[in-house]
Amino acid sequence: MNENDEVLKEFLVESLELLDKVERDLVALEKGASKDKLAAIFRGIHTIKGTCGFLGFGRLEALTHTGENLLGRLRDGKIDLHPDIVTALLAMTDGARTITASIAATGAEGDGDYSAVIESLQRLLERPPAPVAEAAAPPEPPVAALPAQPVAPEPTPASSTAPAALVAPPPPPPAAASGDSDNDAGGPANGKIRVDVGLLEKLMNLVGELVLTRNQMLQFTATLEDPGFLTASQRLNLITTELQEGVMKARMQPIDNVWSKFPRIVRDLALACKKKVRVEMEGRDTELDRTIIEAIKDPLTHLIRNAVDHGIELPARRLETGKADEGCLFLRAFHEGGQVNIEITDDGAGLDLERVRHKAVERGVSTAEAVSRMTDRELTNLIFLPGFSTAEKVTNVSGRGVGMDVVKTNIEKIGGTVDMQTTAGQGTTVKIKIPLTLAIIPALVVSCGGDRYAIPQVSLLELVRLEGQAAAKGIETIHGAPVYRLRGNLLPLVYLARQLRLTGQPRPDEVDIVVLQAGDRSFGLVVDEVNDTEEIVVKPLGKQLKGISAFAGATIMGDGRVALILDVMGLAQHSNVVTTARGKARLEVAAAQLAAGSANRQTLLLFRGPDDGRMAIPLSMVSRLEEFPAVTLERTGTTSVVQYRGEILTLYHLSQVLQERRRAPRAGAPALPIGGTIQVVVYQSGARQVGLVVDRILDIIESDVALKKEGVRPGVLGSMVLQGRVTEMLDIEGIVRGASARGGEGSRGSEGSRGGEGSRSSDRNERRSGEDDSAEASHAEASHAEASRAEGHVEGPAEADHVAEGPPQTELAEGGEPRAPEAKSGKGKGKGADGKRDKRAHARTS
Amino acid sequence: MIERRQFSTFFLNGLFFGVEVEKVQEVIRYQEMTRVPLGPVEVEGLINLRGQIVTALDLRRRLGLPERPANERPMNVVVRTDDGALSLLVDEIGDVLEVEESAFERPPETLTGAVRELILGAYKLKDRLLLTIDTEKVIKLAPARTHAASGAGTS
Repeated sequence: MNENDEVLKEFLVESLELLDKVERDLVALEKGASKDKLAAIFRGIHTIKGTCGFLGFGRLEALTHTGENLLGRLRDGKIDLHPDIVTALLAMTDGARTITASIAATGAEGDGDYSAVIESLQRLLERPPAPVAEAAAPPEPPVAALPAQPVAPEPTPASSTAPAALVAPPPPPPAAASGDSDNDAGGPANGKIRVDVGLLEKLMNLVGELVLTRNQMLQFTATLEDPGFLTASQRLNLITTELQEGVMKARMQPIDNVWSKFPRIVRDLALACKKKVRVEMEGRDTELDRTIIEAIKDPLTHLIRNAVDHGIELPARRLETGKADEGCLFLRAFHEGGQVNIEITDDGAGLDLERVRHKAVERGVSTAEAVSRMTDRELTNLIFLPGFSTAEKVTNVSGRGVGMDVVKTNIEKIGGTVDMQTTAGQGTTVKIKIPLTLAIIPALVVSCGGDRYAIPQVSLLELVRLEGQAAAKGIETIHGAPVYRLRGNLLPLVYLARQLRLTGQPRPDEVDIVVLQAGDRSFGLVVDEVNDTEEIVVKPLGKQLKGISAFAGATIMGDGRVALILDVMGLAQHSNVVTTARGKARLEVAAAQLAAGSANRQTLLLFRGPDDGRMAIPLSMVSRLEEFPAVTLERTGTTSVVQYRGEILTLYHLSQVLQERRRAPRAGAPALPIGGTIQVVVYQSGARQVGLVVDRILDIIESDVALKKEGVRPGVLGSMVLQGRVTEMLDIEGIVRGASARGGEGSRGSEGSRGGEGSRSSDRNERRSGEDDSAEASHAEASHAEASRAEGHVEGPAEADHVAEGPPQTELAEGGEPRAPEAKSGKGKGKGADGKRDKRAHARTS
Repeated sequence: MIERRQFSTFFLNGLFFGVEVEKVQEVIRYQEMTRVPLGPVEVEGLINLRGQIVTALDLRRRLGLPERPANERPMNVVVRTDDGALSLLVDEIGDVLEVEESAFERPPETLTGAVRELILGAYKLKDRLLLTIDTEKVIKLAPARTHAASGAGTS
């Protein structure tokens, strides 16, 4: 019984290996490999057939038998190699694999129906040679273009033994016959044996244990003077280190274990897309830890499929553009700086950046204006956003827009990075960098709440230590969220003790900040103490602790105690530094939109929000600025509204839509501000307008915008330093969406309102209620006085420059009615801002 | 032929418990532990068992018994599970006892709460009852209760 199991197990392992090899060889054969391959394929299938007959697996035998017959005729030159045949033979290997898997799982062959495969093999078998084969050729691209390896009519030496082989039990494969790189089967013949993974893991653990004992022993050595003991312990030290390296090496596998599947995938896909693709590989023997190999399998496969499906053009198109009709997919792997680099290059059409632009606007992830300013690189990286696909049509292969972001996430999960470069018409290269191993990693050890924690060094950017005065003053807060200005950029801070809910007193005199990278965001982790860097052995946590996202595992420190390994990504998510993919995408877009390269300047409307916080929104989003007397406010249900140009304008109070932290929420309708008027930012949201009530309009400035961090609360996109003060960028879209989702009353009246002025302008009119649009100009004029008054009591004279808005704004208001809001406001703004700038300079100097 | 079974015994809050001896890998004295913030309350910490990282469950907490006095150091009963070794923290270790299957009785209906789920039954010994615990259930924790929620993590 046991012996039988053993035989079966061996058969399964061997069969799978053979099938893998047959599959590779078939694809190679089609690409023009020598006829030796054919003999090797024949032998492989024959071996499987023979053994399964012996073990009594009838289905598998029938399947492989038919395949073998076909292969036999092929080898004898009775029929010519044809894509159909390769497809059928590949289908046979698939079927055989399914059966093998079933045997492995249940011990039986399963009840799959393989008659179709057998039939198609049979049909090909009966088909007379060349002429009919061509006639029957399916609409594939010209068969002739296939590397014609005309099967020589004269029997090869090997084939003479064929008839005997057909009936005989599996003959010992003449191993020496095929001179090519057939050694990947890993048989004992070439000095390799199969080792159980469990055994390897156990060895690894034992070595870890040995290292620990060695460390403890070395500590003793220091106290003893016995020269003999000293020598022995030194040798032990050396041997242990070597043993550790050896075991680590044993866990490494060549990347070819993953790559070897690709030619088949590419072949099938290319046939399905009617394309011609050749796969080239360099550095197949580059070694990686087996856990990493597992982790990159799916992302790589996805990238390969993408490249064939989207990257490489149809043969006709390629010829038109002066390329060879056969596309090339080039895979390259190499070690560099303790990391493994993998590059996937295709010589296809490249990414159509125009389409990306288009798509970005269409999907609403960015504005036309913003994308037009983006660099090629920024555009390229947009495709890593969730839900972004530029495929013209959704195929069953790709184009569903769920691919690239997953690729990126998966690579980042194992501490890697992805980057894409594309040249229109010449192709695309995806570069992946991943760590060599996950088992032993360099880590930074920190202390917090009396315990030590290890932080993987791949995430580490730098260490910042604040002492004395800097410690007390260096950390500012935005609505309770701490930030630190790192070389002028805002770095969100996360307190490890708080995240882990540890009790402990933060030391007032010094602050240790570990600057970490989580995805494309960085944040500062405040710890009690930074200890040292160490190579640590990563061990998984028990299943009772699997659910804690803050930890990636545990490790044993030099003194034998256990330390937890922090999961930087998990921690970032836990503390909202990185929110969901959606939030992140939105921020990225917002950042791209606002920043679009550091040289881009934006005009921003600054105002004072609740809690005296300074906030900003891009002026392009603002339709008008208005000022209403408080008495004109009316209520419908729980919503404040005001009559505005014959419409009902729904008002959102910033203090209500933003979560206030410090102040008690204002009861009911917000208290009336100074002067009995409220300041409203009118914002065009789709077809309707809404008003955002702010505490005070402060300024309109032009500035470099680079959002430094994810918003710490809903409704805020991020923050930045403007005019030397921390200013939050309001997510006006999100606020309006959120608010109308909560209670949409009062919105009905504003349905038809067009708000076409498009002028941002600070035209605040006193008494708009009930008036109609005809008063446009006059109300714009009235705003001068209004504006200056408003400014006066906010920021002092230096800022009192809204007056400057007068001329351009009037002009816009008058002629503005029919113009498209965005286009208009963009222009008007620039002008206005310039004017204002001058004015401000003037005001300051005077 | 009388069926006999062997139990590795220990004490918890004065109660006498046992785990089938085949399930016990080893018993070790108190080990330095690394606490796991945000982890379930029952997880007292992680210990280093000859290079293997083992999760230690406080069996008192798991069974809903009163907390162990701070000055008493628990012992580790390391049990084998499908997920590797796991340590159960107990007050004191008893002997390995051989008991007759006939002395077994299922827990009385009046026993309620967390303990009932986790206790297989009792062996009536001469002078006391030996409660046997269901290790499989004991090591499965409900996800909800965390250290911070109970405030017990700062010990």
